[in-house]
Amino acid sequence: MTTKFNLNGKAVDVKAEPDTPLLWVIRDEVGLTGTKFGCGASLCGACTVHLDGVPVRSCQTPLSAAAGRKVSTIESLSHNNSHPLQKAWIAHDVPQCGYCQSGQLMSAAALLAKNKNPSDADIDAAMSGNICRCGTYGRIKAAIKTAAAEMRAA
Amino acid sequence: MTTTQNGLSRRDFLQSSAAVTGGGLLLGVALPGAIGDAEAAGVLYTPNAWVHIADDNTVTLLSARSEMGQGVYTSMPMLIAEELNVDLRKIKVAIAPPNTKLYGNALLGGPQLTGGSTSVRDGWEKLRVAGAQVREMLISAAADKWKVDRSTLRAENGMVLGPNGKKATYGSLAEDASKLPIPEKVALKDPKDFTIVGKRTKRLDTPAKVNGTAEFGIDVKLPGMVYASLEQCPVIGGTVKSFDATRAKAMPGVIEVVQIPDGVAIVADTWWHAKKAREGLTVVWDEGAGAGVNDKAMIDGIRAGAPADKLIPLKAVGDADGTIKAATKVVKAEYVQPLLSHSPLEPMNFTAHFHDNKVDLIGPTQWQDASQATIAKILDLKPEDVTVKTTFLGGGFGRRIDIDFIIQAAQISKAVNRPVKLLWTREDDMTHDFYRPQSIHEVVAALGPDGKPTAMTYRMTSQSITGRVFGLPLEVQDPLMTEAAIAAYEIPATKHEMVKHEAGVRVGYWRSVSHALNAFANETFIDECAAAAGKDPLAYRLSLLTNHPRFANVLRIAADKAGWSTPAPAGHFRGIALMEGYDTYMAQVAEVSMKGGVPVVHKVTVAADLGHMVNPDTVEAQIQSGIIFGLTAALYGEITIDKGRVQQTNFDKYKMVRMNEAPQIDITLVASTEKPGGIGEPATALIGPAVGNAVFAATGKRLRRMPMTAENIAAA
Repeated sequence: MTTKFNLNGKAVDVKAEPDTPLLWVIRDEVGLTGTKFGCGASLCGACTVHLDGVPVRSCQTPLSAAAGRKVSTIESLSHNNSHPLQKAWIAHDVPQCGYCQSGQLMSAAALLAKNKNPSDADIDAAMSGNICRCGTYGRIKAAIKTAAAEMRAA
Repeated sequence: MTTTQNGLSRRDFLQSSAAVTGGGLLLGVALPGAIGDAEAAGVLYTPNAWVHIADDNTVTLLSARSEMGQGVYTSMPMLIAEELNVDLRKIKVAIAPPNTKLYGNALLGGPQLTGGSTSVRDGWEKLRVAGAQVREMLISAAADKWKVDRSTLRAENGMVLGPNGKKATYGSLAEDASKLPIPEKVALKDPKDFTIVGKRTKRLDTPAKVNGTAEFGIDVKLPGMVYASLEQCPVIGGTVKSFDATRAKAMPGVIEVVQIPDGVAIVADTWWHAKKAREGLTVVWDEGAGAGVNDKAMIDGIRAGAPADKLIPLKAVGDADGTIKAATKVVKAEYVQPLLSHSPLEPMNFTAHFHDNKVDLIGPTQWQDASQATIAKILDLKPEDVTVKTTFLGGGFGRRIDIDFIIQAAQISKAVNRPVKLLWTREDDMTHDFYRPQSIHEVVAALGPDGKPTAMTYRMTSQSITGRVFGLPLEVQDPLMTEAAIAAYEIPATKHEMVKHEAGVRVGYWRSVSHALNAFANETFIDECAAAAGKDPLAYRLSLLTNHPRFANVLRIAADKAGWSTPAPAGHFRGIALMEGYDTYMAQVAEVSMKGGVPVVHKVTVAADLGHMVNPDTVEAQIQSGIIFGLTAALYGEITIDKGRVQQTNFDKYKMVRMNEAPQIDITLVASTEKPGGIGEPATALIGPAVGNAVFAATGKRLRRMPMTAENIAAA
């Protein structure tokens, strides 16, 4: 049997067992590797994707839960780094090792989709599920504010 | 085939070129900065080991150090580009293949290893010379071509310019230049004329790290590749007695189940299938000597000293013991540090392809030449038949100096005769680390009538990492244990000694290594002395630094910027700490309040003097990073072991500082023309004592045992 869902605007049809975590379907079957594996237990946020616009940890989301729904990954922000968040991440030179940043960006994108003027507390609440072992938190927070300002002006 | 003066052939380079961090064509991932573009666009020439120029003017600069977040993918090319006179935005970057002679790290004694905050210090002159050599070779090639005196020529922005408007691109001169001898002596710019080095520069790897295209080890894909998950003994060092894979083999996607020395590997068509099939695997282990290991017994063993312990004097000045014995006022303390895990966010992984009595290795490593040599030895291959290509590292912190997981990947690939990606789970990673060793520091001082120390003795007992990694004999001082053991404070009589103790669990280099252990002891102790003397911690330190201007300077700056002389906000308290490490002088002031019996860190004020800087923005990023990394350890970090089993398996029990706990960090960088210092690690070592001293200011409780949990604080 196969499972159909919409991935970054395209219909996909995958063979993996329905209990396979969405993360591994996206990475190993579809071949989009921007979404990362960090803990396998919803503790670090590296695997964050959007399911119908809501941020979820794809390592704990079974494929069956995505059936017929819209999944968005880091690759959906833009390929040419034109998304306000990507521009802000570059302007603030946020990433260090960079491994957590796909998840950070997807958590930030979900926040800004519903709140274009987040307070520090709003940002903390939206982002504290994402671990950055390199400690880029200060720059992430600054970059989210920069991106939010651009999105408000647009 | 173009062969260069140093013997690195174009073929060698192209073989190495898939080591390009961007991935390249071999890996089938189209990435910015891939050497594949350069190769496809033209013929490459290699004037020296660091600079490769294609006839279409594509310039590729090599980094012999692994990019694990610390910014070498940008800072190493900056040093070359400064003298080569090329636009940093137009170059490509490749990570060098293993070649100890060309790419070894002199500051570490020769290995091609990324660690010890050495990259800039090791490359500072070497890489500028490399850039200048190629610049001069290009100028000579133009002089020969135009038959003019080379003194009339200059190199600018990728072009050689001559009289009467003559000009030639580097690409057009590259073939001729690469045939010239490499000049031994080249003139380097006066640092005041630098146009790249020392300027805030955007990292070259950021674009790929914000759109999912940056290639980490976990992302490597080879044609025909299969995936492996490895069941290792829950007790580190244990071996397989027997196993039953009947159920595992019947599970979806499983291709083979193979035994290697470290455990039993499931090889499957997807990683999830491989990981899941471990549930169907039954292994009987010979747990070995590690089965009796318990972290509390380890600390008792360290404290008691074991027959195998080795006391090695480090430094003695005057009669410290006699002075303390005769003193009327003595301060004495014991500091204890727990085991820690590195836990980089990318779990250990590597891809290996064993074929035709050769093996290709691709993935995240901090130690290229040891990977090559060790795996050649283990698989009985010639070193040149082991290739190592380095991807981006999803964090290193010292964990990827060890190569256990690379060996495993190679062994599994050989066993199944296919390309294999081995990926550990988080649980595998946390329970099979090379942990930061525990340590005990016994420190005693005599205080004179003015409150200043008249004598001090310092004994650190810990496990030598260098013994395991480099085979350093037990009786030889481990220079990575003594880091920051001798503080700068001016004390007339001192005695420092180290005790090497084998505690029973494998230990590894962890960001800032012993700086974090010793700086915690020294900077807490000097605070205790100040308190015993009834002096302000800042003034007390300054009174002991009269002949140490770089120390005193950063201490004053950090204190001033933190408002040390003014009251902290209501309910907030400050602590200060100071250290030199990696030729970097740093002071930190932590501002904390107490909530529920534990510190909340609001703000950290940092002053750092690290001499010349390559990329000041990266310097700041590394200080920010080091503080968060060290704060995680100070607040939460502790690995415990029961019956040989590590008790923390994921980030629920091994907590990390998150954004809501991250302090504001204010940094002042001292302008300096001293030789460069390292910056990847020192900030990590200082935040613990700075916060601990602030907790003392807040509560009167002196934290001598890390981490700063409510339990440890209550017991203090």
